[in-house]
Amino acid sequence: MSIRSDAALPSVNTVYDVNRIREDFPILKQIVHGKPLVYLDNAATTQKPLQVLKELEKYYYTMNANIHRGVHALSQEATEAYEGSRIKIKKFINALGKNEIIFTRGTTESINLVAQTYGRKNFHEGDEIIISHMEHHSNIVPWQLICEERKAKLRVIPIDENGELVFEEFEKMLNEKTKFVSIVYASNSLGTVNPVKKIIDLAHSFNVPVLIDAAQAVNHLRIDVQELDCDFLAFSGHKLYGPTGIGILYGKVNHLDTMPPYQGGGDMISKVTFEKTLYNELPYKFEAGTPNIAGAIGLGAAIDYVEKIGIENIAKHENDLLEYATEKISELKGLRIIGTSKNKISVLSFVLENVHPHDVGTFLDFEGVAIRTGHHCTQPVMDRYGIPATSRASFGMYNTFDEVDVLVHGLKKILEVFG
Amino acid sequence: MQQELRELYQQVILDHNKAPRNFRKIENPTNYAEGYNPLCGDNVTVYLMIDDNNIIQDISFQGSGCAISKASASLMTSILKGKTVEEAEKLFNKFHDLVTDKLGDNFSVDEFGKLAVFAGVREFPARVKCASLAWHTMLNALHNKNEKVVTE
Repeated sequence: MSIRSDAALPSVNTVYDVNRIREDFPILKQIVHGKPLVYLDNAATTQKPLQVLKELEKYYYTMNANIHRGVHALSQEATEAYEGSRIKIKKFINALGKNEIIFTRGTTESINLVAQTYGRKNFHEGDEIIISHMEHHSNIVPWQLICEERKAKLRVIPIDENGELVFEEFEKMLNEKTKFVSIVYASNSLGTVNPVKKIIDLAHSFNVPVLIDAAQAVNHLRIDVQELDCDFLAFSGHKLYGPTGIGILYGKVNHLDTMPPYQGGGDMISKVTFEKTLYNELPYKFEAGTPNIAGAIGLGAAIDYVEKIGIENIAKHENDLLEYATEKISELKGLRIIGTSKNKISVLSFVLENVHPHDVGTFLDFEGVAIRTGHHCTQPVMDRYGIPATSRASFGMYNTFDEVDVLVHGLKKILEVFG
Repeated sequence: MQQELRELYQQVILDHNKAPRNFRKIENPTNYAEGYNPLCGDNVTVYLMIDDNNIIQDISFQGSGCAISKASASLMTSILKGKTVEEAEKLFNKFHDLVTDKLGDNFSVDEFGKLAVFAGVREFPARVKCASLAWHTMLNALHNKNEKVVTE
């Protein structure tokens, strides 16, 4: 789709036919305020391809039934599809077994699950839990809650002006009191990709387990939990071109086995009497109640879709877009990019001198451009840079170089008005 | 610029954003309050100097925010200077009705004077809080409620 015929052709060759991919995303054909939609809010949520939408439709049209223990045909079919998705996810992140894959509502719930079960059991007074300054609120608040309850201490790895972790500070922070490290793979407001392998190896040398928040990484980087050797890893389906309300917690069996259940209810038990309840085997111990069956199946379809295109190809395309966009917007007067790490996912956060991000967002909306403005649930990052908010453009597999031009054109118009 | 956008960002608003009036602190104010919008991080502090006859002798603000919130605070302070506390409260209600579209198109530009420029906000529900933050904060200051106003 060409939005502007006069758009300068970038000198970058795309790795796949982006127009063919756009055909799979009917929502992208929309007109917003009289302009073609330019969707650059992919770090908040990605759009869903027809292949996912059809799978959701198929589930509700032809196989809706509750899973597990059903003897009838629909229940068995739904169970097979739900468990089939678990196997797809296991392969996608190269987990050792499907019992290490727990369905949750999303990254937030996955992190809360670990804090409330592993944390409650293992954290004691004076223990230290390490996170970083660039965490999303969902990887801060669950740890604050459990630290308060267990009288443990939260420690924060600082970041430098480029938005990179100060690794030496992390090295200094680790000690015999350290009981857990929870760290974001890629920052949602800065784009920084953290050296998680290095972090995990170092933490392990102190026998400290590590949780990786992969919410922003999962649609851009190939994740291999065995190679990373992380203890836990969390991500959401909706940032991986899948439905909302479904997410994953990966955990090593030795941890999951010894952790108490998160919620009590159906499906998570093997035997209930009023005297004593025996819990179900993994992963069902952590899946109380009827789960988001359609969501899980939709996530499986999304993974099929992403694998068909190839996550490495998607990453290459998005990196090209980021590079092109960074170069183009750097030319604008009074624009400052927030997050200038060399190793970034395709997130471009910036502030304009004299123009508040909220005004930028409203003006771009009238150009058909959807970006996110605000603190991006990372208020400590905003405080670090002394700014209330940023404007953030984030790219997905279906974005085009023409769309970057529309963004830049919109920003130029804003600078004219606010001059 | 499209019509709706032009009505939101009128020249008066852009001017006040660029050069806000009464953008300073009043030392030893008789009344003050802080306001905060966690959604966009806008924050404002409103200072007042009210005399024994309940007349607003001086009013100012400080803080950071988008063009709408800054211009709203700036215009508010220009208009309220010299008004009585009672008049200020009435204007608060009128302004609130204007931006939340309680008046529809039945408002007279004469009655609102410069404040009429904020009528465009009605079309942008997400931005109503931006326009009303300073006013809510001012109202709290009048009643010397010094706890932070939070609008979201």
